[in-house]
Amino acid sequence: MLDDARRMQRLPAAPGVGYKPQHYAEILDQPGPVGWLEIHAENYMGDGGRPLAQLRHLSERFPISVHGVGLSIGGEGPLDADHLARLKHLVGWLNPASFSEHLAWSTHDSQFLNDLLPLPYTDATLARICDHIDQVQETVGRQMLLENPSSYLAFAESTWSEPDFLREVARRTGCGLLLDVNNVFVSATNLNYSPQAYIDAYPLDQVGEIHLGGHDEDQDDHGQPLLIDSHGRAVVDPVWALLDYVLDQSGPKPVLIEWDNDVPDWPTLRAEAKRAQSALDRIPA
Amino acid sequence: MSVSQSEFLAALLDPAAPVPEGLLDDQARPAGRRFSVYRNNVAVSLTEAMHQAFPVITKLLGPQNMDGLAGIYLRRHPPASPLMMFYGENFPEFLAGTEQLAHLGYLPDVARLELALRRAYHAADSQPIAPDALAALPPEDLMQARLGFAPTMQLIRSDWPIHAIWRFNTEDGAPKPEPGAQDVLNTRPEFDPAPQLLPPGGFDWITAMQAGQTIGQAFEATTARTPAFDLGATLALLLQGSAITSVTIERPET
Repeated sequence: MLDDARRMQRLPAAPGVGYKPQHYAEILDQPGPVGWLEIHAENYMGDGGRPLAQLRHLSERFPISVHGVGLSIGGEGPLDADHLARLKHLVGWLNPASFSEHLAWSTHDSQFLNDLLPLPYTDATLARICDHIDQVQETVGRQMLLENPSSYLAFAESTWSEPDFLREVARRTGCGLLLDVNNVFVSATNLNYSPQAYIDAYPLDQVGEIHLGGHDEDQDDHGQPLLIDSHGRAVVDPVWALLDYVLDQSGPKPVLIEWDNDVPDWPTLRAEAKRAQSALDRIPA
Repeated sequence: MSVSQSEFLAALLDPAAPVPEGLLDDQARPAGRRFSVYRNNVAVSLTEAMHQAFPVITKLLGPQNMDGLAGIYLRRHPPASPLMMFYGENFPEFLAGTEQLAHLGYLPDVARLELALRRAYHAADSQPIAPDALAALPPEDLMQARLGFAPTMQLIRSDWPIHAIWRFNTEDGAPKPEPGAQDVLNTRPEFDPAPQLLPPGGFDWITAMQAGQTIGQAFEATTARTPAFDLGATLALLLQGSAITSVTIERPET
């Protein structure tokens, strides 16, 4: 049972980590600076068993952020009503401190691709995304945060910049934003723009949560750097620097470390959370 | 030049297809291998999901063969829902229909067992009856009893020794599988699914109980076909697995 105090809480302006079941016992014993946890919604849509039992227990200790990876908000077709109902059920049961999804698509013609696929930034996309977010917020019964993607290519048809597009989505729907600083760095490198200029154009006042993660380095056909959002290693120094740049303007925010592949041991992940704590500590009061 | 999601998807799943026009790099040149990042993400994540879902099949075939099969499987049966915990539902039929694997006839049933384990892992919790609830009943009541079963319980019947194959590939020091048919009862005592080998007749008896027969009716039907059926051993497996959730006794009206 969740008490009233839990019902009122929001994510604290503290480090959080993406929850991995192998860290269960250590998170409870030695959380260090970790003040909240994020789960991928789809991993907790079974009917019972260990995943839900662990989540119930963790939610008594930590504020939880429910992060969906499968709703396909940018899909050309209608939202999957069954999946939306599952999200509503999970959010209703858990009453998390935050609920977020992606500016991306992953389902088409009932085929789910298990990846966050890119969207052209056009008026048509904007209208569709806003309709879908209205539907999500109405169904789930709370505000959602929308996360910026990592981009590997651009669409010839795009007429909006990503920060302007996100600002307009937030304005029309009342949703909040999840700023993935690693994604900004990855996209800016891949599409050759300044990550600081992106942040300057981005509506930081709408940010409810920040993500950090590791990326891999590759090259495109022309030998240009191609960064790939892998969530499989430590956050790199330039991304920490970009976090500082963001926090200087935004003030303290909840900062999540995402490490989903080649998951490290708990002390390694906790060390990343400590570094996020240091970044939060250095913001002038 | 717009790119529909149908076009994007078709190119995503066919590595030989050209990258859709209208996808560009930072200097407005064709996206080229930048598009391959998405192809790779999809193939790698769905292949990894198959490895996780079918560890014994992966061990039996070898990881590289499993990669190859997963690649064919994902194009034939892409996930129909964002719940990756259920990805691979068609894998037993896919294996059965793959000619090159026809000499490994047990693979589809081993895959069914692995699917059952995963379903049980995520199945709804339920409250088992007390371990002595049946022993406490007078014999005439016991024979009149009907049982309810946990959502975690599953039965798998095979012409192959799938329980022995599963153990041999998951337990250190497990005996080498011997030829022969095996029926498996999968239960989830707490959080970890535990497949058990059913004694002869056990599968028929539990199936009859699931259909709503009384213990006595199911016992008679089972012993008619399998005189050696051991009711006590079968009940013990169910009780150890927390698989019985209710006992209902309808006494004849007096």
